[in-house]
Amino acid sequence: MLKTFPKGGLHVPDFKLSEKETIINLDLPKTVSIPIAQHIGAPAKVIVDRKDKVKTGQIIATSAGFISANIHSPVTGVVTKVDNVLDASGYKRTAVMVRVEPDVWADGIDTDPALKTEIIFSREEIIEKIKAAGIVGLGGATFPSHVKLMVPEHAKNPELLLINGVECEPYLTADHRLMLEKPDEIIVGVNILKKGLNVKKVAIGIENNKKDAIKVLKKAASAFSDIEIVPLKVKYPQGGEKQLIKAVTRKEVPNGKLPIDVGAVVYNVGTVFAVYEAIQKNKPLIERVVTVTGKSLVKPSNFWVRIGTPIQYLLDAVGGVPEDTGKIINGGPMMGKALKDAAVPVTKGTSGILLIPGDQSKRRETQACIRCSKCVEVCPMGLEPYLLMTLAEKVLYERSKDEDVLNCIECGSCSYICPSSRPLLDYIRLGKSGVNKLMKSQKNVK
Amino acid sequence: MSNNIIVSGSPHVQTEETVSKMMYHVVIALVPALLLSFWVFGISAFVVTVVAVASCLAFEYLIQRFVLKVPTTLNDGSALLTGILLAMNIPAGFPIWMVLIGSLVAIGIAKLSFGGLGSNIFNPALVARVFLLISFPVHMTRWPEAFANRMSLSDATTGATPLGYLKEELREGNVNIQDLMDSLPQYSDMLYGFMGGSIGEISALALLAGGIYLLWKKVITWHIPGAMLGSIIVFSSIMWMVDPSQYADPLFHLITGGIMLGAFYMATDLVTSPMSAKGKIVFGVGIGMLTMIIRYYGAYPEGVSFAIIIMNAFVPLIDKYLKVKRFGV
Repeated sequence: MLKTFPKGGLHVPDFKLSEKETIINLDLPKTVSIPIAQHIGAPAKVIVDRKDKVKTGQIIATSAGFISANIHSPVTGVVTKVDNVLDASGYKRTAVMVRVEPDVWADGIDTDPALKTEIIFSREEIIEKIKAAGIVGLGGATFPSHVKLMVPEHAKNPELLLINGVECEPYLTADHRLMLEKPDEIIVGVNILKKGLNVKKVAIGIENNKKDAIKVLKKAASAFSDIEIVPLKVKYPQGGEKQLIKAVTRKEVPNGKLPIDVGAVVYNVGTVFAVYEAIQKNKPLIERVVTVTGKSLVKPSNFWVRIGTPIQYLLDAVGGVPEDTGKIINGGPMMGKALKDAAVPVTKGTSGILLIPGDQSKRRETQACIRCSKCVEVCPMGLEPYLLMTLAEKVLYERSKDEDVLNCIECGSCSYICPSSRPLLDYIRLGKSGVNKLMKSQKNVK
Repeated sequence: MSNNIIVSGSPHVQTEETVSKMMYHVVIALVPALLLSFWVFGISAFVVTVVAVASCLAFEYLIQRFVLKVPTTLNDGSALLTGILLAMNIPAGFPIWMVLIGSLVAIGIAKLSFGGLGSNIFNPALVARVFLLISFPVHMTRWPEAFANRMSLSDATTGATPLGYLKEELREGNVNIQDLMDSLPQYSDMLYGFMGGSIGEISALALLAGGIYLLWKKVITWHIPGAMLGSIIVFSSIMWMVDPSQYADPLFHLITGGIMLGAFYMATDLVTSPMSAKGKIVFGVGIGMLTMIIRYYGAYPEGVSFAIIIMNAFVPLIDKYLKVKRFGV
């Protein structure tokens, strides 16, 4: 019996169209636009100006708080402007625009692809270098990675470093390809993080639909008895942090607490590779793997993409956007965000671009709830989506709060499974923001 | 291109399953039991079924169109299903005009006056059945005999159901069930459905097959039928072991009356059953216990429909207090 999380979840057809496609280095675009808010926390502070020359890997915006991250120039070139531009969030926000010239790497960056296994840095140096390299969680949450290594004094000591190789979103194959192509680097990255966290045990969770990745990583980790590869039963949303911890350790992160409270710290495999490059090659986070996919594409692909590259440029690389396209999604079909405009740039959190044909882009007409209880069955957080939707519709935010609407991880399982095609998650989001406003106003009164 | 680009919240994919597909799965599941009944009872069962289905569809359309003035929802398949289930809950040869009243009660009162599909508290087909049973007790208990008068519209030859016969004889007192069993059909015949009863309830085997289909298609879960049948087996086993001369054995109870129809098709009605697995089990056990209490001690020989309707009323309470366990709490 393969491990998985027990409560809720479902099987979504996974359409991993690009799983056999080797990651290709995408050519440099003519211009890049680098948003300064690519992570959770405070936006970085820009330290370059118009007409400044920048080198690849040179820092251009610095971390502006405890939870924030440095941002580096992904290319060599000239800063053309620093301005508010539309990004993938749909809002206009500050970004640094650079006109691209041929690569000249900043001093101290080792661009030699040879594997470097020896870890010469101390725990403190590792944390400092991860922070300097601007690494954030590449699974999508984009939480600054060094913060997770700085375990607060009052917290429990970490016992387990858990690596997330689940990639449960349908269509996406970025993590899968990375595990196949860079297994040794990932294992070195794991050892670096192990040292940084000072833990003895490592588990790498991979869903069983990636048998080749399980095999390759098992081989790469064979020299390390403390690294366990854990094959997992395929079930969405197993890549959710709390679901993964539950699946691997049987422990449930208590409501309102963090993984560290059950002794676990979780990193995505993409992040682990970035850590390897930062520590062993002194290379900041300026590129990542992005899957460009969709049923209407002739050749779904995986690319190494510099941060700031316009998404349109990636789409052009796979032959352009087909005529019948109805949706362009930044991320996977379950949790990704629909884009209005493909001119927006790839950021640290962009794991894939998915095109959905027009005839599959519209939801079916909403019908009455027939109380089939499927939403309750699939909710991995044990919530009652049908009830939360009604409460949000009726603006009963006090009750929404009592029914734990804030625990929703927005995995979309309820909306996916609803036979009446009810917009459950849309209303739950409304409920969450309503409850947050309510709590804020109550706090202000006090 | 940008003109046709749609922006909406995630998720961007959805299941192929729809309300009408789920309803049609139930209809498909009911086909074996229905066909068997047409074979056993003949043309009169067929006529009742056709009238019930047609009138349920007609009432749904007419009331939505002319009384409520809302868009009609005929294509969701629910009125079709209500019609079939209503027919399955009344005897073959039932007067046509009474069938029409049943349809009006099911669709007009039990369903649409509560707000239509999804808003009704009680199972529409069962409300109609109970309404008919109370209003026309003679006709509702005039059971045509199996394989008699199959080509006639009015069934001249009628008799009691096995449950009714048992209840009547036991009421007289001084009888032993073992002796009564000799006058009833063989268990194997009852299992196939060769006995008197409502159109849809006679064949435990055909109903079980359809139930398995519904479980496979994930229209229903095991909780309600499992809990209901389980509690009936436990309850009737205890009574049977205490006094086998006055209480029939568990198998007899399972294959007679409306238990199979109730467990897989009536109690599991999505709209009128609880949401959580825990709630479904309590609901199922409640129905099982009430059914047996009515069968043993009630005035009526059969209690499934009353038991389900009573438990329907508890569903909001069950949903409030028997919730799914929250993650991390």
